[in-house]
Amino acid sequence: MLKLPSVPGATPPRPGTPAAEPKTKLDNAAEAATAALGWLDERTALSGTARFVMFRKVPKGTNWFYTLGTSTMFAFMSQVITGVILAMFYDPSPNRAYESMRYINNDVWAGQFVHGMHRWGATVMVIFIFLHMGRTFFFGAYKYPRELNWVIGVLLVLLVMIMAFTGYLLPWDQRAYWATAVGVNIFASAPIAGPYLGDFLRAGPDFGATTLSRFYSIHMLVLPGLIMGLIGAHLYLVIKHGTTAPPWVTAELDEELRSEEV
Amino acid sequence: MTGLANGGGGIAIGMIAVPALGFALAPNLDKKPLAWEAVGTPEEFSQDTYVSRTITLTPGAGETGKSTVYMRARNAEIDKEPVDDYNQFIAISTRCMHLGCPVRYVDASERFICPCHGGVYDFLGQVQGGPPVRPLDRFYTRIKDGLVEVGPRFSVNSELKRFSPRDPAQDLDGIGQYLFPSRPTIRKLPGT
Repeated sequence: MLKLPSVPGATPPRPGTPAAEPKTKLDNAAEAATAALGWLDERTALSGTARFVMFRKVPKGTNWFYTLGTSTMFAFMSQVITGVILAMFYDPSPNRAYESMRYINNDVWAGQFVHGMHRWGATVMVIFIFLHMGRTFFFGAYKYPRELNWVIGVLLVLLVMIMAFTGYLLPWDQRAYWATAVGVNIFASAPIAGPYLGDFLRAGPDFGATTLSRFYSIHMLVLPGLIMGLIGAHLYLVIKHGTTAPPWVTAELDEELRSEEV
Repeated sequence: MTGLANGGGGIAIGMIAVPALGFALAPNLDKKPLAWEAVGTPEEFSQDTYVSRTITLTPGAGETGKSTVYMRARNAEIDKEPVDDYNQFIAISTRCMHLGCPVRYVDASERFICPCHGGVYDFLGQVQGGPPVRPLDRFYTRIKDGLVEVGPRFSVNSELKRFSPRDPAQDLDGIGQYLFPSRPTIRKLPGT
């Protein structure tokens, strides 16, 4: 028989006790799996992290509104996956961008579906992130000690808005072009810094060959990295603080303590 | 020793940060090259109405780099700004001064109309209604070898005085020209 190391916490069989039944294949498999996990845990101490992440106390009154943050994160993951697939076919040059989108939609297997997932997924993500923000606000979940997490969340909202803005240009059709022209001009209408900001976004005074590649680089390299990092910090703080109870759930008063108070 | 380590670290960071920022910000300092483009003979343009011509604003961007300009010959009765070598012909940009949508000239009403948010400009390109903050931009024109040429863009305030090109939504009356400074990338022709 395979000699496996003992699992921490498992009760060793007492000596002299006769084995009740011979071990089945299932028992062996379970033992092997436990041993493998034990080997990993001994070298990484991941079980502590796993307990920290997964076994948390949840307040009374937790309801469906508490799923909006996770929904936003799943929308983001869907955007990452479909975005990576689209990037395999997309060509961010002004003479080829529209053609490559046409190719994705008409010729690539399920290309229109993946493009649609990315396009509608972007809308879904923006809607979810605002619903999540509204939930946090109306449930008062931004209050002490969670202010920093609110600040990180607001940064994430801004990054998602920039993500949506830069992504809108990429199909390079009439709607994309003019919507982005208007958007850049809104940026440029800020006093003093505006004109320079406009030049920075366009990479010059007019929309040109490098405007598109600039937006593409911001959209698929700069922002996803920042968003992933901030989601990590956001999740860490959520797990560290735990979630809040809804405002209509009040603490039960202990009658004895109540009399002590007076 | 600590100073040496910190200094070395600083140099290493600088060697990455300076080129990275340079790449991102260099287009803010690059001056757009001066280009003149022939659009027809002087007889093609009348004093009473506009004809459209297509010019290339940005070379190397294919169809996207092109734009429509509306052109007519100078009419001394309505064009009161001082005559010089660059305004024998009037070239009006189609970029709306609200947020940059393309305006079109409507012959029947002798006005420029923007489809996005209802900006209306009169025959001279001055604002008649809607949200635009200043008259339509213009382009320098000149006659060379018997052909009318369209050159770089300039912006105008409500008195049609020339300014270095500004983006839409940037007011040029009052303190506007200081709130929205001209940029190193694009300037009006010197001495105009």
